Amino acid sequence: MPRIKLSETAIQTIREVCASFDNQEGELINVLHKCQEKLGYLPAEVQELIAQELNMSIAKVYGVVTFYSFFTMIPKGEFPISICMGTACYVRGAEQVLNEFKRQLKVEVGQTSPDGKFSLSCLRCVGACGLAPVVMVGEKVYGRVSPQQVKQILAEHQEGCMREAKSA
Amino acid sequence: MAEYNTQILICGGTGCKSAESDEIGNVFKDLLNEYGLDDDVQVVVTGCFGFCEKGPIVKMMPDKTFYVHVTPADAEEIIKEHVVKGRQVDRLLYKDPKTKKSVSDSQHMDFYKKQIRIALRNCGFIDPENIDEYIARDGYMALGKCLGEMTPEQVIDEIKKSGLRGRGGGGFPTGLKWEITAKVKGDQKYVVCNADEGDPGAFMDRSILEGDPHSVIESMAINGYCTGATKGLVYIRAEYPLAVARLKTAIKQAREYGLLGTDILGSGFDFDIEIRYGAGAFVCGEETALIHSMEGLRGEPTFKPPFPSESGYLGKPTNVNNVETYANIPVIINKGAEWFASIGTEKSKGTKVFALAGKINNVGLIEVPMGTTLREVIYDIGGGIKGGKKFKAVQTGGPSGGMLTNDFLDTPIDYDNLISAGSMMGSGGMIVMDEDDCMVAIAKFYLEFTLEESCGKCSPCRIGNKRLFEILERITEGKGEEGDIHKLRILSEVIKDTSLCGLGQTSPNPVLSSLSHFMDEYEAHIKDGRCPAGQCKALLKYEVVEEKCTGCTLCFRNCPVGAITGERRSVHYIDQSLCIKCGVCFEKCKFDAIVMV
Repeated sequence: MPRIKLSETAIQTIREVCASFDNQEGELINVLHKCQEKLGYLPAEVQELIAQELNMSIAKVYGVVTFYSFFTMIPKGEFPISICMGTACYVRGAEQVLNEFKRQLKVEVGQTSPDGKFSLSCLRCVGACGLAPVVMVGEKVYGRVSPQQVKQILAEHQEGCMREAKSA
Repeated sequence: MAEYNTQILICGGTGCKSAESDEIGNVFKDLLNEYGLDDDVQVVVTGCFGFCEKGPIVKMMPDKTFYVHVTPADAEEIIKEHVVKGRQVDRLLYKDPKTKKSVSDSQHMDFYKKQIRIALRNCGFIDPENIDEYIARDGYMALGKCLGEMTPEQVIDEIKKSGLRGRGGGGFPTGLKWEITAKVKGDQKYVVCNADEGDPGAFMDRSILEGDPHSVIESMAINGYCTGATKGLVYIRAEYPLAVARLKTAIKQAREYGLLGTDILGSGFDFDIEIRYGAGAFVCGEETALIHSMEGLRGEPTFKPPFPSESGYLGKPTNVNNVETYANIPVIINKGAEWFASIGTEKSKGTKVFALAGKINNVGLIEVPMGTTLREVIYDIGGGIKGGKKFKAVQTGGPSGGMLTNDFLDTPIDYDNLISAGSMMGSGGMIVMDEDDCMVAIAKFYLEFTLEESCGKCSPCRIGNKRLFEILERITEGKGEEGDIHKLRILSEVIKDTSLCGLGQTSPNPVLSSLSHFMDEYEAHIKDGRCPAGQCKALLKYEVVEEKCTGCTLCFRNCPVGAITGERRSVHYIDQSLCIKCGVCFEKCKFDAIVMV
């Protein structure tokens, strides 16, 4: 993986986050939450800096980042697509919906489309089982999704960007 | 507080919120303003009503009219007709599926008739962001009673007498757990609320936190009083932003009212609560793993003993209970252990909340007395199987549980009965499956989950489950071999016996239980290369029945990959090399001319 050079502001942000938790090793998960919230993802360089600030080994930081599914080392797309793979959604056909997204976007779960627009991930139970199967694009929830609707959902967002690009 | 003649309660549970209930609330507020009714009518966004299938739900108070499937466009009619003229909007009322008649009061709906709401008592009745509404429904009365009139021993005794058992799945007697923590000596003790609900298809705890966060706060304070802990920690999934936000608001309000902080209600008792975020790891529902995660480490479980009650968070005595367990406590204190113990079965007292989902007509959050049968839950409350299909099984206990078939429909639900039936109570996920669900594929689905969530610390779970998954994958792809079933069984037993924590020990349960109830399906896959439910794609082919095809071109036009060819009014063909087996043609065909073979 090519190395990323962190911007001065990013470095500053990370240092401030660590300081806000008194650079305590035990606050690592909270630090990671905050950093991901601000930077979008946690690449190796960010982890190195956090390790340095909290005075712990990079391996430990990496161990925690990779342990929890909420933390990501890959930047999410402009429109992160999450397909609920809770059991309720699964028995109502979430797998077919997921396969259709994979086919249309030509990406696997955990990847981002080459244009950086869509990233695909699975999550476990949104808590909207009445709407199963459920797909989330960003904060927007789509309920009772069928594979046939996938094309339209993607188009909705693609058009959105095109319109925004035009008006800009 | 201002007095309102009418209240419009709008469900703000995750299901309804996902279906624009926020927007409905805003439209109501704007319209009320426009009509000059905003001094008269109050809009309240509540927690989950439970009847998610019919969401978004709007309930009118005081006359209790229950509107279902409401859209923002319906708001105006509700105001004009219901609020102004006092006439119900019939088209938005729930229709009884049997009598086809409108039912306006939820108490008369089959979905609610058999339910008793203890843990969910306030969900859908109060504004979860307003502490006054919680207090108005006897909130914090139990805390007051404990601090003012009872000794810690008396409170623990009351909980013990109530027979309450841990609702997170294990079923350990709650009173006993409190007593152990209370007896251990320690300068600092902790009260932890486990809100790391990771079971896929379960949303009980989240609904309680979203709908009634104060009940959890109150109970944690009561626990602190009993055990001598002054600090509470709620471990909650960061993926539950709404629950986190409501809990934060509730904690802040409780502090402002002097119900958290120092010298609570003038009793000299100090207690405060902090939130700790989980980051998506199923194993963190296990209490030792949860504690490690709160300490900022990888959430790996450790061997018990020592139990958290003796040595938990930062090595201090820690009482861990789950959300639903806590939500029961204030009611037990207010109404008495005897009342609570009068509900339920001999060894399982009170009620249990279930997230009823899957192939069922009434998806939702339900709370039933222990001892209710599965038949009552599925057919009376759940309204039967979707689309009139045949019931096949219900999975309780999530990935750690098992499948219960027709034979168990009349078994009263309680901790011990479910275990003897080869499943478990679990945290309360209840997924109904019908004849179209392949049980081998379901077992594979759960194993895939376990595989992802296994922390990797001990090899039986890390490697064993991987091998189990590979065998199941092979079977569903039509590459099953003679002897696979034997291998599955032996390996499952080894994983069960030798894994370190509860996750590993229960992970092969879906395999074992599907093997014992659906051996015929496994055999059909392996020996006949056939998936009886028609779900395993590798074993499935769509074909056109020439005699029935009218050449309407509907399948041709809907095929997403262009695998179907044919002219109008002539028989169509499916190119098997292009077909992705999505089943669209099968669903679209009006003449039953496409079959699964």
